[in-house]
Amino acid sequence: MSLTATATAGTGVDTGLRLATKGLTKRFPGGQVAVDDLDLAVPAGAVYGFLGPNGSGKTTTIRMLLGLVAPTAGRSWLLGEPMPKAAASVLPRVGALVEGPAFHPYLSGRDNLRRADAADRTVDPATSSRRVGEALERVGLAAAATKRYRVYSLGMRQRLGLAAALLRPRDLLVLDEPTNGLDPQGTREVRTLVRELAADGTTVFVSTHLLAEVAQICSHVGVMSVGRLVAQGAIDEVTGTAASRVRVHSRAPGDAAAVLHRLGLGGVSVEPGPAWSSSDGVDGHHGHAGQAVADLGTADPSTLLAALVRADVPVEQFVVERPTLEDLFVALTGEGFDVER
Amino acid sequence: MSSVEVLSPPRAETGGGGLVRRSDLRLLGSELRLVMTRRRNIAMLVVLALAPTVIGIAIRLSRPSDGDGPPFLTSITENGLFLVLTALVASLPVFLPLAVAVVAGESVAGEASTGTLRYLLVTPVHRARLLAVKLSAICFYALVATLTVAVVGLVVGGLLFGLGDMTLLSGTTVGVGEAMVRALLVSLYVAAMLTTVAAIGLFISTLTEVPLAAMSATAITVVVVQIVGAVPQLSAIHDWLFTNDWLAFAGLLRSPVDTGPVVEGLAVQAAYVAVFSALAWARLASKDITS
Repeated sequence: MSLTATATAGTGVDTGLRLATKGLTKRFPGGQVAVDDLDLAVPAGAVYGFLGPNGSGKTTTIRMLLGLVAPTAGRSWLLGEPMPKAAASVLPRVGALVEGPAFHPYLSGRDNLRRADAADRTVDPATSSRRVGEALERVGLAAAATKRYRVYSLGMRQRLGLAAALLRPRDLLVLDEPTNGLDPQGTREVRTLVRELAADGTTVFVSTHLLAEVAQICSHVGVMSVGRLVAQGAIDEVTGTAASRVRVHSRAPGDAAAVLHRLGLGGVSVEPGPAWSSSDGVDGHHGHAGQAVADLGTADPSTLLAALVRADVPVEQFVVERPTLEDLFVALTGEGFDVER
Repeated sequence: MSSVEVLSPPRAETGGGGLVRRSDLRLLGSELRLVMTRRRNIAMLVVLALAPTVIGIAIRLSRPSDGDGPPFLTSITENGLFLVLTALVASLPVFLPLAVAVVAGESVAGEASTGTLRYLLVTPVHRARLLAVKLSAICFYALVATLTVAVVGLVVGGLLFGLGDMTLLSGTTVGVGEAMVRALLVSLYVAAMLTTVAAIGLFISTLTEVPLAAMSATAITVVVVQIVGAVPQLSAIHDWLFTNDWLAFAGLLRSPVDTGPVVEGLAVQAAYVAVFSALAWARLASKDITS
């Protein structure tokens, strides 16, 4: 199953995309193909969750996007400009957190941000200390600003990395595992931060393997497996492609199953369910309650429900079960716990 | 394909302007602060300051006879200014190159080992600009290190032996003022000799992510070249060694100044700096940054 976007037409690129690749491939000198023929498409304003197990090529992809690693083949665009050719003009508008934060251990958090700001030739030096202060404030590090980086905890380091990415307004944020090492509060703060940034119009490309996080903040997802993109698109679209099931709780599950079968649904079965209506049911009825289950396929749930009611099936609950992101992720990348290569 | 694109020189970037802009000086300033405030680098300056101090005190206590020890040694007791020259000559073979090798080895490999290299490059800092800033900072440290030896030599020499007119190698005597100018010129020449160590160190630093490896490889290179320079059977290649002209500052201590060997020495260093800077650029420009 592959939902490769059709946004990159011909050899050009849709300028509406804030991040795009076409046929991006990286073969390391040892012959290992880390990234294989990747076509990414991140529309403006999206919060794009870049998913994949460890070693699936996410970080190599990010390094190629930012011009750190030269691709073996293929092309990439950031903010509509070709990379790495337009790096000098594009990268100042891109905030990045690549494979964890990295700073000089013997400098304070504030001095590290000052140095990061000094390296950017496109910013106004006069506003430097104000922007550094604001960035520290924004990630909650103002109180620890004068401490040396070496005494920072993993969570504080991660926050400083985010602060560096927020030293100036950005049009695109590329965040590699931004919540790595953060406690639950920190994770929540990052989530809020990403939502705020997205609300301000910043496109966010976030690589992670925390699926719960993705489900909460992402509008789009792309799933990597062994160097290849196995799914991509709006999150509803992607999760919608996995088989949804319809579940009818009823006192007469057999009748419900018959109706579903007549309507042409596949995989119809009856499951004895908990007689959930019996314990405090208004009518006190104790029937052979159960559930009729079937694959939804392309059927319209509202038509099904209407048909069930017309057939006098006592429907107590009608549920369309969309697969969770986790179901999808496991279906796409495999159940195994081993590193794939 | 993109290794070619990475190699392409910086184009007229936002706002245009010349090759070096005010904003580039910000990064250089940050780099100088990084190098000059690092405790280890300050500690090396302290050790370098010890050289003239120890030599001065030792001479004061022992008063050596003619013909012993390094050049100028016996003249020190007559004029503290000679301590400057003695200290520079004593520090040039090992101490000064070692200090520069440490700073140079750290330059790129240090950023790679902490991971800050990737963040500098995605800021973005063009790879050529990064090397230029790094090389400038190493050379600045080399200058500070040399001047540390010279100034401490001047102070200690002045305190222990007093300052006076100086008899030059050509036999003429010059006043204290001119003698100090000559000593300053010698110091600048010595600092210029260290730029080759800086460039070699910068190149080696692009080869590894382990700063210590780059530092020792640079230091070993300097030592090996000096050993080769000391083997008479290899005299055929002596003119090609960058250490061959290190003591050519004697020309600056003649009247009139003999510029021939000095200019030749500077030209050799310039050639070495050009070659190793180019090698560093070739290496870093095409390198996949996976640290």
